[in-house]
Amino acid sequence: MNNLRRLILKGSMAAGTLGVAAGAGLLVPSQALAAWPKEAFGQKTLDGALSVLLGSDEMGESADVSIKAPEIAENGAVVPVTVTASMANVESITIAAPNNPAPLVASFDFASGAHGYASTRIKMGKSGDVIAIVKADGKLYSARKNVKVTIGGCGG
Amino acid sequence: MHLMGLAGMAGMLPGSLHATAKQPRDIYETPAFGNVCLMHITDCHAQLNPIYFREPNVNLGIGAALGNPPHLVGNALLQQFGIEPGGRAAHAFSYLDFATAANTYGKVGGFAHLASLVKRLRAERGDGNSLLLDGGDTWQGSGTAYWTRGMDMVQACNLLGVDIMTGHWEFTYQDSEVIDNIGAFNGEFVAQNVKVTEEALFDYKFSEFDGFDEDRGLAFKPYTVRSVNGVRVAVIGQAFPYTPIANPQRFIPDWTFGIRDEQMQAVVDRVRGEEKPDLVVVLSHNGMDVDLKMASRVTGIDVIFGGHTHDGMPAPSVVENRSGKTLVTNAGSNGKFLGVLDLDVRNGKLQGYQYRLLPVFSNLLPADAEMQAHIDKVRAPYLEKLQEPLAVAGETLYRRGNFNGTFDQVICDALTTVNDAQISLSPGFRWGTTVIPGQTITMEHVMDQTCITYPETYRREMSGADIKAILEDVCDNLFNPDPYFQQGGDMVRLGGLDYVCDPRQSFGKRISSMSLDDGTPIDAGKQYMVSGWATVGSQSPGRPVWDVVADYLRDQKQVKLKKLNTPKLVGMEGNPGLADYPAS
Repeated sequence: MNNLRRLILKGSMAAGTLGVAAGAGLLVPSQALAAWPKEAFGQKTLDGALSVLLGSDEMGESADVSIKAPEIAENGAVVPVTVTASMANVESITIAAPNNPAPLVASFDFASGAHGYASTRIKMGKSGDVIAIVKADGKLYSARKNVKVTIGGCGG
Repeated sequence: MHLMGLAGMAGMLPGSLHATAKQPRDIYETPAFGNVCLMHITDCHAQLNPIYFREPNVNLGIGAALGNPPHLVGNALLQQFGIEPGGRAAHAFSYLDFATAANTYGKVGGFAHLASLVKRLRAERGDGNSLLLDGGDTWQGSGTAYWTRGMDMVQACNLLGVDIMTGHWEFTYQDSEVIDNIGAFNGEFVAQNVKVTEEALFDYKFSEFDGFDEDRGLAFKPYTVRSVNGVRVAVIGQAFPYTPIANPQRFIPDWTFGIRDEQMQAVVDRVRGEEKPDLVVVLSHNGMDVDLKMASRVTGIDVIFGGHTHDGMPAPSVVENRSGKTLVTNAGSNGKFLGVLDLDVRNGKLQGYQYRLLPVFSNLLPADAEMQAHIDKVRAPYLEKLQEPLAVAGETLYRRGNFNGTFDQVICDALTTVNDAQISLSPGFRWGTTVIPGQTITMEHVMDQTCITYPETYRREMSGADIKAILEDVCDNLFNPDPYFQQGGDMVRLGGLDYVCDPRQSFGKRISSMSLDDGTPIDAGKQYMVSGWATVGSQSPGRPVWDVVADYLRDQKQVKLKKLNTPKLVGMEGNPGLADYPAS
């Protein structure tokens, strides 16, 4: 079909996802910008992780944050999650799964003017909410979606 | 049998006099209405020949579904739809007095008889004024479908003239076989909710496949538009959203599914904007509860033709949403019904409709010669194996229902006996035909109940906690109050294990008081020997389950169950989705 497109995609895959995002000049991976926030990702509670990472755990649910994830995961090890933040001045998008042993899953820092969009795959040990926390103009906004992880095998 | 059927139709049998007096002489007489006729079959599970199929006496509705279609059984269902008890229609739509009525009215379904009905309606509605839609679960469910990898059904559907289809069990063959079968299918295969995984897109093995859309990442054509009697009808496909969860992902590693109702809305909007259709319908394998929820959220759909949950609903449910109303139908299973929706579409809008879910009684419809010849031909190489007599049914053997059916119990008893296990597990599929008392159970019946592409059995130790976890997990698939979390199957079937179930509870709290058949309580920390089949995650090491069941049956002269391992139910008193339940 579109061989050129496929070649480009293949090439960019080889360079790695981080490379592509950084290359686009919009999304600055946190590990490239600063030291890996080990303390935040090691926290056992969501509140603790958010306080360490974002300086606060005070957030309000917002209709400007949308989170796309399957109702039931096809594979708990790679659950596709896409977050879109439609407000202005998005500084970061953080994704958390409170039922995971370490709830903080990913955080994307944005350069000014970037469109608030992050898409990744997360690992979930068991069913529970996936929470997106958007930092914009210094405030935290959130949205959540319940994702079920089944053991499968006897239904249908 | 044939004469009895005719007698029943003429109102000569006791109990049917009153009912038939008000009905047309010919139950297939459907007065013409409107200008477009959409016929719908679904979930025939490859039953080419007429069969018996008992509708459930347990189909519980929980939460908002309580007391609403499709969660009605027996008299509650007849009452809801104004069906006279005791007659032919009552037999078609309910389990009531099943064995006697089955003897009276004969077998149902069969592609040769269905073909006669379809041809008749096509002729009555006029050339080019109708479409035949197939909701899927067509290529799986019989021995011949298994041995021909679904091709016997592809050919049968070509003869029947299926115009458009979507799928579920179709995806349980190898992906390359799915692609080949679609290639051999004369109609169109549509599914808006099946995407090629991002990894697979880089080097997709079916990039030449006609329905593949690289830019949208779609594995199949999402919709098609047909002109029917000058009316533009858009048909959007919705495959079973949880195929890689309920069935093995390993056969179709490059495809990812999901309900994707936002994407459905986008497709509807795009179709309405670009194609200027007069009518937008969805051919769905969501299951009826999921369809009802989707109809309340997605706007712009006139009709959802549903399947998967095998609900033979005599009338559509009308669902209101932000911009209007959507009709939701469900057309039963095993070739038992043909849904006929006559529509009056004028000025680009649906003005009115007439719906019939016609039961296919094989005694009332002649066998179409061309279809019968095809059926005889595809069965010939396997006939001897299929017709092997194994035992005689001492009672009605069926599967359908939320908990163990009697044929499930036979399978479970076979697993515990032949594989020397304390407990057995068998999947809560909704397909599988019925055997009536006195009928010889043949290998074909066993294949009808077990015929899947991952039939291998296992025998292994599981802890009491593991067993409870499985029961809770499957129970949530069935009774989660949010339909989007339901997978549309029934509860896992059990042998050697009793339990108490409260469907109203939340995840992890529905199952209690698990005990072995002799009353010994199950200990969470203790190990038990368990046998089962149909493992989704990886291939099990044992023999195919049909061989195990056949071995067991050959050792019995007459099958009469000692016990049915159905749970004791809590909080279900008065639920109209429950009747004649043994253990409550």
